[in-house]
Amino acid sequence: MNATAIVINVIAVAALLMAFIKDRKKAIKSLKIAGKSFIRMLPMVFIIIIIIGLLLGFVPPDQISKFVGEQSGMTGVLIVGAAGAVLHIPALLSFPLAASLLEEGASVSAVAAFITTLTMIGTITLPLEIKELGKKMAILRNGISFVIAIIIALIMGVIL
Amino acid sequence: MIRDWILLGIILIIAIILLTIFPDKNEAVTNTVWDYLVEMVFILPAVMILLGLFAVWVSNEMIMKYLGKTSGVRGIFLAIILGALPTGPLYIAFPMAAVLLKKGAKISNIIVFLSAWACIKIPQEMVELQFLGVQFMLLRLSLTIILVIIMAVLIEKIIEWSEGKAATM
Repeated sequence: MNATAIVINVIAVAALLMAFIKDRKKAIKSLKIAGKSFIRMLPMVFIIIIIIGLLLGFVPPDQISKFVGEQSGMTGVLIVGAAGAVLHIPALLSFPLAASLLEEGASVSAVAAFITTLTMIGTITLPLEIKELGKKMAILRNGISFVIAIIIALIMGVIL
Repeated sequence: MIRDWILLGIILIIAIILLTIFPDKNEAVTNTVWDYLVEMVFILPAVMILLGLFAVWVSNEMIMKYLGKTSGVRGIFLAIILGALPTGPLYIAFPMAAVLLKKGAKISNIIVFLSAWACIKIPQEMVELQFLGVQFMLLRLSLTIILVIIMAVLIEKIIEWSEGKAATM
């Protein structure tokens, strides 16, 4: 277990203890919500991990870096960014997937673009966003989000 | 939910078939799967507990109360903090944003709030820290905050401009 995992677990346990001291009923309700969300997420966790395993085991790193590595340049970043915008993967699970792509030779820009478009842009939730906030605002938000995701990705590629 | 389990079954069958055809890949694949599984097991339950605690203690009404009455730099700052709290998926935030807009909240604040809700969530940052390291996480976080604020102001200007034009016509 690395330092990050230890810190997060300590925070969670401390918060949980505080919650139980403050209000037992609410704390138990929180645990129930936590358990339900965990179970709801579980199949997706396994799916992503198996995909990562197959990806690292079967796709050679030079193939991955050809499509989304340094030499793929702007096109690679745009493709991965578009994939992130369309795909519907829980944000929490995009990070291990991104880490495995990095391990396999994907560029920092491509990985950053993927995570950023995945979290910021929701094509599946777009109809709901249009219904609640209007067409103009929803399309502007998602469209400009794509542009700034690419900008973030390119800057990160330069710095890291 | 059921769909996810079916998908898992399909992926599992594909994996088993692939590994039967190429038994030499067996070790590499199972090692990777095991490593990532261990990392997830160490971090996901803690993240879920924090999610649960926030969902119960920080109500949507509370967020809306604070977000509706502040503006300026403080408003933007507050919109980021409130959006970043680990409180559920993005589609919950849309109706909240709609109500706030009707009540006269600034468009830029609402855009910042929605974007923070989507991509600056505290549990997400924790998992990002775990898998991609502190440098990657902090750099992406700061760039995201800066650019989201710029985007929010831009969208506000565009909407105000287009509505102004519509009004004079």
